[in-house]
Amino acid sequence: MNLTLLMYLIPSLIMFGCGVYGFLTRKNMIAIMISLELMLNSIDINFVVFNRYLFHGQMEGMFFTLFAIAIAAAETALALAIIINVFRIAKDVDINKINKLKF
Amino acid sequence: MESLGNIIMYFVIALAIIVFSVLTVTSRKILRSATYLLFVLFATAALYFQLDYAFLGAVQIAVYAGGIVVLFVFSILLTQKPGEDAKPLDSHHRWLGLLAAVAGIAVCAVALFSYTQFCGQQLPDMADPDIAQIGHFLLSTDKFGYLLPFEAVSVLLLACIIGGVVIARRR
Amino acid sequence: MPLSYTIAVIAIPLLMFLFLGLVGVKMNKKVTGVLGVCGMLITTILAYGVALTYFFGTGEGQMVDGVRKAVTVFNPDWLSFSDQLVVRMGIMLDPIAAMMLVVICTVSLMVHLYSLGYMCDHHGNAEKGFQRYYAFLALFTFSMLGLVVATNLFQIFIFFEMVGVSSYLLIGFYYTSPAAIHASKKAFIVTRLADLFFLVGILILSFYTQTFDFFGNDVNGIMGMLDDPQASLAQAGTTTFMGCSAMAWALTFIFIGGAGKSAMYPLHIWLPDAMEGPTPVSALIHAATMVVAGVYLVARLFPLYVLVQGAMDIICVVGAFTAFYAAAIACVQSDIKRALAFSTISQIAFMMTSLAVSSANGQLIEIHGGYGLGYMASMFHLFTHAMFKALLFLCAGAIIHAVHSNENDKMHGLHKYMPITSIAFLIGCLAIAGIPPFAGFWSKDEILVAAYEKGLGWGLWMSMVAGMTAFYMFRIYFLIFHWKKHEIHTEHAPADQPWTMTLPLIILATISIVAGFVPAANLVTWDGAPLHTQLNWTVACSSVLIACVGIGLAFKMYYKENALPERMANSCRGLWTAAYKRFYMDELYQFITHKVIFQGICKPIAKFDRAIIDGFFNMLAQVTNQTSFGIRKLQSGSIQSYVYFYLIGALLLAGITMACVLL
Repeated sequence: MNLTLLMYLIPSLIMFGCGVYGFLTRKNMIAIMISLELMLNSIDINFVVFNRYLFHGQMEGMFFTLFAIAIAAAETALALAIIINVFRIAKDVDINKINKLKF
Repeated sequence: MESLGNIIMYFVIALAIIVFSVLTVTSRKILRSATYLLFVLFATAALYFQLDYAFLGAVQIAVYAGGIVVLFVFSILLTQKPGEDAKPLDSHHRWLGLLAAVAGIAVCAVALFSYTQFCGQQLPDMADPDIAQIGHFLLSTDKFGYLLPFEAVSVLLLACIIGGVVIARRR
Repeated sequence: MPLSYTIAVIAIPLLMFLFLGLVGVKMNKKVTGVLGVCGMLITTILAYGVALTYFFGTGEGQMVDGVRKAVTVFNPDWLSFSDQLVVRMGIMLDPIAAMMLVVICTVSLMVHLYSLGYMCDHHGNAEKGFQRYYAFLALFTFSMLGLVVATNLFQIFIFFEMVGVSSYLLIGFYYTSPAAIHASKKAFIVTRLADLFFLVGILILSFYTQTFDFFGNDVNGIMGMLDDPQASLAQAGTTTFMGCSAMAWALTFIFIGGAGKSAMYPLHIWLPDAMEGPTPVSALIHAATMVVAGVYLVARLFPLYVLVQGAMDIICVVGAFTAFYAAAIACVQSDIKRALAFSTISQIAFMMTSLAVSSANGQLIEIHGGYGLGYMASMFHLFTHAMFKALLFLCAGAIIHAVHSNENDKMHGLHKYMPITSIAFLIGCLAIAGIPPFAGFWSKDEILVAAYEKGLGWGLWMSMVAGMTAFYMFRIYFLIFHWKKHEIHTEHAPADQPWTMTLPLIILATISIVAGFVPAANLVTWDGAPLHTQLNWTVACSSVLIACVGIGLAFKMYYKENALPERMANSCRGLWTAAYKRFYMDELYQFITHKVIFQGICKPIAKFDRAIIDGFFNMLAQVTNQTSFGIRKLQSGSIQSYVYFYLIGALLLAGITMACVLL
């Protein structure tokens, strides 16, 4: 039995699906962020796997993942800061209740 | 033909990824959800190690597992109302979300399975890229040099730190 | 240049206006009045000096072969838009300008002095706004002086407008009275409407002549082109539009502008209402400024008008009709100032007609040494009329000041109480009626001679109007000073007014007696050459006879209280009422403006604007608004629903792509 490209992509795909599901159904904003991390992570895996299988002489995929991780970290930090601030003002992190600025 | 150890390893990792991903988005306790995410990230790091990207795996553990998850845990604790038990996570439009997720997976799966010519690719041999080489690429201005994105990311991180401080600061 | 001090004549009133207008409020009222009078006195002395120097001096270029030339004292560029289009502001003296300086300054000085008394109540306290009054008087004088010395058409236009503005300010001096406000607005709007035509006329004329100047500095002015058949002015005579030459159109339009200021029919309606201002202002408007501006304008462009017989005919007809029309109305008015106002309209029309008849055919030119007789007569009449009309108005002011009413029936029998005023008024009446040796006789006689030369019909018509003039003036005189014993309405008996008001009356009366002996024929002619005239005994005798008939009739009807006027009024009641109501001209204007223009034209346009134009844009806004309101739900602010939409789109795209690739 061989470990083919497809075999790595399937867990990544399922991980992404889970992320989508969580993003769509969660109400807590932090939980939504967690789902977002899942999706990002699955994409990272894809980059790495494609790099490893199809372009093993080069390192573009790896570097892309590297930068994606850095940016994801930044984005998460910022988003969580915002969420904490919102929580201070609205006393809640339910995404449906944060609608004070809506028309 | 892969070694048996590798194959077993793969299945363990894949199973962990799938199971913990599902648990992450279905758990009704947010702290647990964050913990399951940590496991997913570890499993991903293991995947990188298995694919001979040791440096990437290390970064994954250090930044994602060590940094981001800690951030999550902190913010979860900060957004709890003091003196109350944590509210269980509830979801809405569960079936609609499931339908959307499954539809997305289905479309991607169809795409994957129809491109058989490289989806069945064997794992080629590759020397593990050493740290010196990575460092050289990261700070090089030649072709395949990543100095510019590297600097951009560093500026981004700085901006992010300042932004985080400004936003989260108590007025 | 010996005449360069003419600038002071113009500048002093302007400085007076600025000074009194800006710092007058802080000063004692009497002091401002005396200051105004002193300023005007200096101006008058300088103006006399200028006139004497011009007429009798032997300065450079003044007299060439016995012909008096125009002297351009200053003519600097004011606005130079391009090489061709340059507006200049300058001072030019020619016979009529020099004469007008004298007329304006004399009358204005009298009015300034008279106002010292008139603008005070019976206890000698100055009225509210005394300083403002003197500032405006100075402005009015300045505008008129600037107009007469103008070197170019555009300068005339500017000062024309300033005359309009200052008359507006003075007529509306009692700005708390609605009648005064209406009168001032009426005067401004009517004359402004006429000035629009004037402006169009200027533009047409200057389009062909390429200049505004009468006598250019370096290039030929308008007058300089007259002798040159190659000049562009000749082209204006040949370019036609709707059957008339461009020149005729331009001159007719300019005449309309003049007619508005000079209150020619049918633009006369503002003048009778202008009496709402203080009476000295009426004297100034009627005698020396404003109304003579139109006559002066036509006289200034006279060399052009003689080229276009059509324009002259229009002026002639309008003038002759206005003279009769105004005289007829003046015969029945009960308000003393209104009667005098219509008398002014009639007399101004005399001047216009006189100007117009002087462009008779070539035969007459040979006989009478040019077409200058009517022109000379007109200017002469302008001069004499200014004096006696100012006198009459100032007398009327004195009477009104004494009895506190404008109406005849509050006066009656004032001769006993106000002898000086009575005699002065009588002199004014004799002058305007044309009894020798008073001033009016000499000038009116010349006008009648000119009219008879144009044609017998014109002469007879003008003689008839002259007779009517005598009648209505003496009607007023008798009604005020005789008729019956005076009933005292006020707390004190009417009496002659203080010396500040009486002195101007005496001075003007004296001038009215002697002004006829001024050798106008030698001085004020259209081409500057002396005109040799002699008294036409036939015309002179007949006109005196007609005047006497008019006076006799007035004496019969109005000297002693009797029922004759009432009977005559009853015998033709309709005509009498029509004349009393000024032949319903005001009502006609009211009808045209309110019913036809406002109701008939403006209302539907306004409706169209509101319903269609506004409606269209309102509809656009409404549709946008409602559409936005309908689709605002899409902008829900809920990220998760956005993701649903995004996902649907992405899946559809992927599905389509895959379907295309796989199938």
